[in-house]
Amino acid sequence: MTWFLDHVDDVLSLAAQHIYLAGLPLLLGLLIALPLGWLARRYRGLYAPFTAGFGLLYTIPSLALFILLPGILGTRILDRNNVLVAMTIYTVALLVRTVADALAAVPADVNQSATAMGYTRLRRFFAVELPLAVPVISAGMRVAAVSNVSIVSVAAIIGIPQLGLLFTDGFRRSFYDPIIVGIAACIVLALLFDLVIIGITRVLTPWQRAAGSAA
Amino acid sequence: MRPRRIAVSIGAAMALVTVTACGSDESTDPFATGSASSSSAGGSSSVTVGSADFPESVLLAEIYAGALEAKGVTVTKKLSIGSREAYIPALQDGSIDLIPEYTGVLAQYFNKDAKATDPEGVYKELEAALPETLTVLEKSAAEDKDSVVVTKATADDLGLKSIADLEGKSQDLVLGGPPEWKTRPTGVPGLKKVYNLEFKSFRPLDAGGPLSVQALKNGQVDAANIFSTDPSIPANSFVVLDDPKSLFAAQNVVPLATKAKVNPTVEGTLNAVSAKLDTPTLTDLLAQVVTDKKDPDAVAGEFLKANGLG
Amino acid sequence: MIPGVLEWLSDPAHWSGPDGVPARTVEHLWYSAVSLLIASVVAIPAGLLIGHTGRGRFLVVNLAGAARAIPSLGLLFIMVLFLGPRLSGDAAFLWPSLVVLIVLAVPPILSGAYAGVEGVDPAARDAARGMGMTGGEVLAKVEAPCAMPLIFSGLRSAALQVVATATIAAIAGLGGLGRFLIDGQSVRDFPQMASGAVLVAVLALLVDLLFAVVQRYAVSPGLTGRGSRGAVREMTVAVRGDSGETEPQHTS
Repeated sequence: MTWFLDHVDDVLSLAAQHIYLAGLPLLLGLLIALPLGWLARRYRGLYAPFTAGFGLLYTIPSLALFILLPGILGTRILDRNNVLVAMTIYTVALLVRTVADALAAVPADVNQSATAMGYTRLRRFFAVELPLAVPVISAGMRVAAVSNVSIVSVAAIIGIPQLGLLFTDGFRRSFYDPIIVGIAACIVLALLFDLVIIGITRVLTPWQRAAGSAA
Repeated sequence: MRPRRIAVSIGAAMALVTVTACGSDESTDPFATGSASSSSAGGSSSVTVGSADFPESVLLAEIYAGALEAKGVTVTKKLSIGSREAYIPALQDGSIDLIPEYTGVLAQYFNKDAKATDPEGVYKELEAALPETLTVLEKSAAEDKDSVVVTKATADDLGLKSIADLEGKSQDLVLGGPPEWKTRPTGVPGLKKVYNLEFKSFRPLDAGGPLSVQALKNGQVDAANIFSTDPSIPANSFVVLDDPKSLFAAQNVVPLATKAKVNPTVEGTLNAVSAKLDTPTLTDLLAQVVTDKKDPDAVAGEFLKANGLG
Repeated sequence: MIPGVLEWLSDPAHWSGPDGVPARTVEHLWYSAVSLLIASVVAIPAGLLIGHTGRGRFLVVNLAGAARAIPSLGLLFIMVLFLGPRLSGDAAFLWPSLVVLIVLAVPPILSGAYAGVEGVDPAARDAARGMGMTGGEVLAKVEAPCAMPLIFSGLRSAALQVVATATIAAIAGLGGLGRFLIDGQSVRDFPQMASGAVLVAVLALLVDLLFAVVQRYAVSPGLTGRGSRGAVREMTVAVRGDSGETEPQHTS
């Protein structure tokens, strides 16, 4: 469509912002969720309160977080770090349970073999449990990625530049083209994230490829 | 071996994201006229222009931004921030430096008892009411007012010509407007205070946007707040009710800015822009953006060129 | 922040009238319930059929995946622009919001349904065939009941997403708890916004608990392990693990 062709630069620029606002929290969220998930697995009593508590965090409407965080964090109102923090919170909320479940799915005998071979707890975590947990965590990451791409667009209501601005601009002028392009771009972005995560998972799980089973 | 793979993969992913971050400066507004020009090193200041979340505000912001850029000021745009209650704090915390405003409502925002209704009087009250750090430049002749709008059918049925005609009838009518109208002095409380009107209910919609127009057309609301320059009024044969008691006082377009950011270049440029803006021009420019779906920055650029300001 | 929220919540004026918490909560639940219902009516039979016949799986799975990626805000705006002029009365605003919520709810419910049917113990299916049941009867009497745990898991996940995202209806001029968010945001009334957020979270939690309770009683004891045979069932489910596709997803 002509509108898109006339505005390719703008759309790409917004898409880049969107990737940043949706993608960085995925990494940060994973890094934070790993120890939390590990704790939830290690101390049985923590699993239920953690999953319930983080599940609750996930239901906080995003617009509320975007707007209330400046007051809590002391950031400026239009600072897009507010969006980053909010998205990281959502990613963590989603991944804690996934990490805990993924670590729990590692067969007990594998853990015991590792311990028998002399692995320390820490080494066992990084060398044995985490790699085996990758497939399940990756599934969780894919869900988180799609979710993030969609939630970030809501920040358009407060004017944060990303693909969501195409929605608000189009709507306020009763103009379909930007909205359609924005939706398509979000779907493409979600697909891209998905492919990247699948790719990374493939790299990290060579035994699955060797076994010939689908990743 | 395996931990290294994980580390490398995470590192690659972070690099990818960081690269997009570097390429996506938060100051880049996509609906921008090319690059923000920063010409001569000496004397070129930088200004962040903001706007409210309706097309006319975006258009005016683009006009201001384009004019400033043409004079060598480095401009960053942060558009569509939200309602006044959202962007004034942004102005005060330095997130933006300049924003197009309207004299009447702005005066009332800072001084609830503002009484003047004529352009000069309102402007004086505004200047007096502004906080220490903010200032307004010269106002333009262009005005865009909140207005209470009804469909032609409603106006004919109830014999409505002015807002005062709603007295005694309003309790059966539903009023629509932006959510902020529920508490604003020029909104629901103002209609009660000045015209003694109580509506059956108030329906929060949007700031004179498609929701309000649609709701009015569909009959979900009987009266709606639509801005006076909105092309949807003539397009749908809506009737703008007169405002004899001047609840919506003079609403001249005026640049609101942080005092610290106003230097002679900025002031001169924006005053020149204001001199060239009048209501018919503004209405026409807005129609180009909303009805013809042209880009606000393109329309702004044409206006500036045509007036020797771009 | 917290004292502001407590103050807002304890103000009786906020609990009465068409703008009050109870009225908005009822609206919110209504939007959620209607969209979940419609989504279930569409997704459960479709999922059961796909699981049972094994056909159309590829197409539907990918469509469902793509549907998850549709940004709710964009879809809402397109629907308002499209349906607004074509519908009259409140429907003009209601249907756009419902469409968004339905599109949100269908993928997890669909996933749950076909994953549930696919995960049915083949021995049970064989036994049913052996007893002379037709395909349809196998589906209705054996596969569907056995798929209940995953169907419920999908429903629960969908319910959570829908309740959390029904706040979006307020952007389209409707009611619901989102009203406190949008109205609060437009005038920077932080206590109102925060209270709205808290109310949504609490409501989502309550709805989730409700589903948990219903699930406990609606799913056959043989499957959940409340009976003595259940232990074997639980082991089987645990070994196969969660498909991961029924994870809750937030899109607003």
